[in-house]
Amino acid sequence: MADVTLMKTPAETALAQAFESAKTLLPGNVESRAQAFEKFTARGLPHRRVEEFKYTDLRAAFREVAPFAGVPTAEEAKAALAGAKTLAGIEALQVPFVNGHFMREAVDFRALPENLEIVPLREALANDHEWLAHLSPVPWAAENPVYQLNTSFMADGVMIRVAGPVEVPVHLRFVTAAETAVATATRVLVVVEEGASVTLLETHESTDGAGHQPNDVVELIAGDRTNVQHVRVNAEGGKTLALSTLAARIGAEAVFNSINVVAGAATSRHQVFALLNGENTNLRVNGVTMLKGLQHADSTLVVEHNALHCESRELFKTVIDDEATGVFQGKIIVPHHAQKTDGRMMSAAILLGEGGTMNNKPELEIFADDVQCAHGATCGQLDDDLLFYLMARGLPRKEAESLLIQAFLGEALEFVENETAREALIGTVEGWLRARS
Amino acid sequence: MPAVQETIDQVRSIDVDQYKYGFETEVEMEKAPKGLSEDVIRFISAKKGEPEWMLQWRLDAYKRWLTMTEPAWARVSYDKIDYNDIYYYAAPKKNPAPKSLDEVDPEILKTYEKLGIPLREQEILAGVEPQSRVAVDAVFDSVSVATTFKEELKKAGVIFMPISEAVREYPDLVRQYLGTVVPVTDNFFATLNSAVFTDGSFVYIPPGVRCPMELSTYFRINEKNTGQFERTLIIADKGSYVSYLEGCTAPRRDENQLHAAVVELIALDDAEIKYSTVQNWYPGDSQGRGGIYNFVTKRGDCRGRNSVITWTQVETGSAITWKYPSCILRGDNSRGEFYSIAVSNGMQQVDSGTKMIHLGKNTTSRIISKGIAAGRSENTYRGLVSAHRKATGARNFTNCDSLLIGNECGAHTVPYIESKNASAVFEHEATTSKISEDQMFYCQQRGLSEEEAVALIVNGFVKDVLQQLPMEFAVEAQKLISISLEGSVG
Repeated sequence: MADVTLMKTPAETALAQAFESAKTLLPGNVESRAQAFEKFTARGLPHRRVEEFKYTDLRAAFREVAPFAGVPTAEEAKAALAGAKTLAGIEALQVPFVNGHFMREAVDFRALPENLEIVPLREALANDHEWLAHLSPVPWAAENPVYQLNTSFMADGVMIRVAGPVEVPVHLRFVTAAETAVATATRVLVVVEEGASVTLLETHESTDGAGHQPNDVVELIAGDRTNVQHVRVNAEGGKTLALSTLAARIGAEAVFNSINVVAGAATSRHQVFALLNGENTNLRVNGVTMLKGLQHADSTLVVEHNALHCESRELFKTVIDDEATGVFQGKIIVPHHAQKTDGRMMSAAILLGEGGTMNNKPELEIFADDVQCAHGATCGQLDDDLLFYLMARGLPRKEAESLLIQAFLGEALEFVENETAREALIGTVEGWLRARS
Repeated sequence: MPAVQETIDQVRSIDVDQYKYGFETEVEMEKAPKGLSEDVIRFISAKKGEPEWMLQWRLDAYKRWLTMTEPAWARVSYDKIDYNDIYYYAAPKKNPAPKSLDEVDPEILKTYEKLGIPLREQEILAGVEPQSRVAVDAVFDSVSVATTFKEELKKAGVIFMPISEAVREYPDLVRQYLGTVVPVTDNFFATLNSAVFTDGSFVYIPPGVRCPMELSTYFRINEKNTGQFERTLIIADKGSYVSYLEGCTAPRRDENQLHAAVVELIALDDAEIKYSTVQNWYPGDSQGRGGIYNFVTKRGDCRGRNSVITWTQVETGSAITWKYPSCILRGDNSRGEFYSIAVSNGMQQVDSGTKMIHLGKNTTSRIISKGIAAGRSENTYRGLVSAHRKATGARNFTNCDSLLIGNECGAHTVPYIESKNASAVFEHEATTSKISEDQMFYCQQRGLSEEEAVALIVNGFVKDVLQQLPMEFAVEAQKLISISLEGSVG
């Protein structure tokens, strides 16, 4: 029969072996890991015939599986963190990870900002911490194979509780500094309680020369009347295969604003699963992707409006140079009861090189009759008239192009509330453009 | 303002009461043995008096089909089809191949009269509008029972005849083009069709000829337990033009009947084909019992430079529709267009859309799709627009809108937009909304009743599509739409 996987790829076999040898060493309940891994094994690594992975074939991407990273020594960790520069200019509470392991020494637990609590996941898993019940806030995310792999292998992470307004941003800094390729699996859970607010910065960096395989999951439970600002930067090394998931469940009258900026990795896939569970909530998910060479970046998004009067705005901008490939797959789901939903999803891409590819799939799934849902997708090259206008005024072609690209991407960056972060992101775009010319 | 329960009930009841074509014709039929086997295929082939190569083609398709699995990706659900519980061939016993209209069973003639399909040329000539002549090929279950204006068309050099006749009379033309747009191995249903297809139309327009009248085929499923497997092949040679319409209806029955057609269009240099469909197969009753499974592969190949293919469809019937009329834009500067209105009611399921595949330079395509879902129906638009590496200067504009009436139906949009060429410009936008209260207020304030206002707004909503239909069909389609939505308020 067609739906039974008979043959395993070498990568699938390696994953199975890795799981067998690691499962008893990993912290916490083996049972839930085994369940997730069993689910994963039933379908194996997703390939292009699996609809959700049509444009990002993980069976092809995973030729081999890198070994899971061990705990770095204090010196290694120190050196790794010293070299990490992404969003370094922002004054923030540092929550660093090196090679997928939480660096607890770097956090002064006694001097945490008011309203903030942090529990290392490793200990929480080992001690069966009560907050563990909050993991997996979006039930259908558990059907996703990337998420299943993370659940099977997650070795470390943190759980953060925000009980009220937290002024200083919390910076989740992930650095992979091993010289040879390693795999990592981290899980971060952020619980923002009713009326609380927080800014989360999340950066991912790794050494350039090795094909690391991070699989990171950030989960968010935002209560009623919360305000969460989330800025994520993928600045992974040039050979990295980066998989990541953001799963968020949001209450009523809340604001959640998330942006993902892709400036690195050979192949990356960022999945956002958002569940709007309370009325009058406002969601914004933006993406800025800059690709060159043979890079491949996939932005996958599923937003479920599960309550009345919610508004969601999704804006994804992709610039593709050389022979790179961009992917946008978005889906807005509006069940019968989510009347008065107002959803707008837009993906715009610019192809700069001759050999680039952009695949757009903006999907709507609507069951309620009193809603407004729009989606748009465009793909094209820079406007010749605009280029001519700028060049006629004396700008060299590259500079004119840069200016237009900056304006194009800037539209999605505008919504970053934290000014320093926004400036830093604009700097990232400028840096990418400089490297181009 | 969501629709009130009363309205939902009303809409739901409409499609059951309003299906006007649900009657059955009592004619003695000759059928192939039930089920599918090589013998049945040989039987069909022999009935059609086909040459050996055609039989071989069918048998190869059948062998291939046995290895294939039914596609499950569409957003439709139905009980498994037992392909061995279907009659693949059914033809009127009395004279299955009539030479003239006088030889056709009067019961069948009455059927077409009831359906409003003119089969007598003089009647049309005596009609009020002499310009609106339409040549009709009437397909009844597995055979074509009449084709009108054949002689007059022949004078213009146009070949318009049942495909089974064409296989015998113009084997070279058929052999040259059959299966070149939809290969035998294309998909499960197309392969099944290749093995068992019975009738459909064959059209060839010679170079430089503008077909002097509209051509049309009217498909009627009548017999119980049968499937209809029509095959249509239209070739527009260099610089020619043809407009072709098809219509379809079926009796009201509790069983589901399969209609798996393949339509291939080929437009050579500077040729234009306009293909319009008014699909009104029996949609099943309010509980979803019965109705036609309309699993159709339609594809046009803009093979020549500057060629144009336009698909226009008004879909109101069928229990399940699985249909994606597509254009392969191979020739430089060729153009593909797709205009569609899909209205679903009751328990209908529609998964329909188009594919525009840009291969040549400066190719353009336009997609206008309107889905209207009412009752407990599901209406999905699924479309692909792709530009290959060499499709320099390709352009696409897509606009797909959905309208929901009531709170138990669903509208879904699944567009795929794939670009591999920097100079290709693709734009896609889609919205889902209900009839706006402002619009309703505006109309009602000017004295229109609720029903009239809804009909007017919906007609405005689908205007873009209706404008593309040939006149006779546009009137019919407008009626269909007001029927489907009468009495409902968004």
